[in-house]
Amino acid sequence: MDLTLSPSEEAFRDELRAWLADNHPGEDPPDDDAAFEHRRVWQKRLHEAGYAGFSWPKEFGGRGATLVEQALFGEEMARAKAPQPVNVLGMVMGGPVVIAHGDDTQKERFLRPILSGDEIWCQGFSEPESGSDLASLKTRAVKSNGEWVVTGQKVWTSYAHKAKWCMLVARTDPDAQKHAGLTYFIMDMDQEAVQVRPLRQITGEAEFNELFIEEARIPDENVVGGVGNGWSVAITTLMHERAGLGASAAAGMRVALAELSELAHERGVTGDPVVRQKLAQLTIEVELLRLNAWRGLTAIMKTGVPGPEGSVVKWQWGELNQSLTELAVDILGEDGALWDSPWTYRFLRARANSIEGGTTEILKNIVAERVLGLPKLR
Amino acid sequence: MNFDFSDDQQAIKRTAKDLLGARFTPDRLRELAESGTYDDVVWKELCELGWPGIFVADERGGQGLGIVELVILMEELGYALAPLPFLSGAAAGLALQAAGSDEQQDRWLAGIASGEVRATVGLASNGEARLVPDAEGAEVIVLLDREGGRLVEAAEAQVDPLATIDATRRFARVRADGGDPLPGDTSAALDGIVTALAAELTGISQRAMEMAVEYARDRKQFGRAIGSYQAVAHRCAQMLLETEGARSASYYAAWTADAEPESFPAAASMAKAYASDAAWRVTASSLQVHGGIGFTWEHDLHFFLKRAKAGGLLYGSAGQHRERVAELTGFATEPAHA
Repeated sequence: MDLTLSPSEEAFRDELRAWLADNHPGEDPPDDDAAFEHRRVWQKRLHEAGYAGFSWPKEFGGRGATLVEQALFGEEMARAKAPQPVNVLGMVMGGPVVIAHGDDTQKERFLRPILSGDEIWCQGFSEPESGSDLASLKTRAVKSNGEWVVTGQKVWTSYAHKAKWCMLVARTDPDAQKHAGLTYFIMDMDQEAVQVRPLRQITGEAEFNELFIEEARIPDENVVGGVGNGWSVAITTLMHERAGLGASAAAGMRVALAELSELAHERGVTGDPVVRQKLAQLTIEVELLRLNAWRGLTAIMKTGVPGPEGSVVKWQWGELNQSLTELAVDILGEDGALWDSPWTYRFLRARANSIEGGTTEILKNIVAERVLGLPKLR
Repeated sequence: MNFDFSDDQQAIKRTAKDLLGARFTPDRLRELAESGTYDDVVWKELCELGWPGIFVADERGGQGLGIVELVILMEELGYALAPLPFLSGAAAGLALQAAGSDEQQDRWLAGIASGEVRATVGLASNGEARLVPDAEGAEVIVLLDREGGRLVEAAEAQVDPLATIDATRRFARVRADGGDPLPGDTSAALDGIVTALAAELTGISQRAMEMAVEYARDRKQFGRAIGSYQAVAHRCAQMLLETEGARSASYYAAWTADAEPESFPAAASMAKAYASDAAWRVTASSLQVHGGIGFTWEHDLHFFLKRAKAGGLLYGSAGQHRERVAELTGFATEPAHA
């Protein structure tokens, strides 16, 4: 057991930390379009410094970083409160799918513009009738004259109005068993047949969109991983979404905890035994999130698959961020009800943490069935 | 970066699990618990293997290993719910090793490491320690309080055996004035003790979770295994989350003891606070999964539930260790009643 960094890992972290100190783009501007441009510039800067597509193999313009380096990268970005680069979905989900399942032409065509931020990606998986039960999705793709004609509706699509490409999963064989009839496409968003409508959420902003797709066209060469293999291809992206989360989520929670502590001091409640107990409990759980993430990482490095502790990190993080922001709002008292309090947005946004990227209920099902070996749930 | 045991440590863990599993079968465990006795034959066997002195320096008659190895044994002792005077002796050894004078160490440590000397530790306030494991029959008792520690020999102490809910461990109340002061800083000793206890609580949680999962697979109601109902399955998933959290916390605290001592106090209190809550919640939740049978004396689960609760209260409750975390982390530095 050795939880220290090797000299080369330490050097990597120090170099990154220094780079971030010099190149941090500052907070997002309040206006949505301006924030988007701000993040696009940030993406370019990361790309030029070789920090975009950090986990990708070198031959595709990435850095081939080790798992520890990836975790350190996530930690340092969170620690510096750096904004997400604009093409996070392309880098975390789209690119890895093309690398794992795409053909050479697709790799040549799609990968580099993801890293440079020249082409933004969005994700078309969920539908109004298919949330947790993703494989029940109804969007249809029918082959006609060598191209695919797609009709259906998608939801929770962030960056849809800015995106060039959509990772789309659609049903290509309505007669096949539900998982078997799906295909993964890369759909051009730049066509009349795709209409984007912003979806206003409880925070008041519109981070996500709905997609209305009415006979959109996708050329056959934009099928990834073969017709009928959409489910296993899509699962790759979901695994990537969860694998990288742990260390950076924990580092983000550390920053939030320090801010909460500052608030408790400002409001003079640190002598309140109830607040002290709650702060201490959050301190413990933030530390455990970090430890579980690193233990999970060790398990992946040793066995190639996440251990049981890795599978609980996303679930734990969602609940933790909710309790932390709830305590902040409680400490604020009457001021906690105001829209312009700095914690209000975070408090409301946190409600999505136990839904997005796998609801807590689904994550518990996964733990019960795959980790504990309980019978198939109904 | 490697958050896992070495091959040698894995071997210790496997050996301990196999040995304790073979010695403490359910029938044997029940026999010991119902008579309120320890297994002297197994204790002797473990002493010959050097377990009581695993963390004690070579030159003091121990194995010269660290807190990580102690934690490995403690987790397996908890998993087996072993009725043995292991924790008490280890606690005294930790206290002496951390804060004892050369003379005190010369006098006691080798005997504690070999298991020949029975010793224990109590957390005292106003000269009284209210819950001390294995104080009856101990030759020497270390009393820790706010001022530090002192060694009290059996003849100097008033020891009153207690009837506690935990049938697998013997407790007493100890009153003593005077004694021989420990010159060193006893806080690291207490950190070692609570880290070891957190590991025991992790082992208890692991076992109670496994019992719940097994029962949820086998027990059928309304024509199917109760583990196929989400209400039951999600309970079991929650047990995993808490058990793994307790495990991460106690392994980490054990690692800091030798490798990063400045982080040890907070890490130890975090582990004790979290593992105390986890062990209670997991054993209680396991009882709920077992339904009516889990509430009967004839089912073994209650022995686990009760040792989990008693262990959670011993050497500082979850709430007390959370308060210490608040003090140590600097997130809340004003005194509680300013």
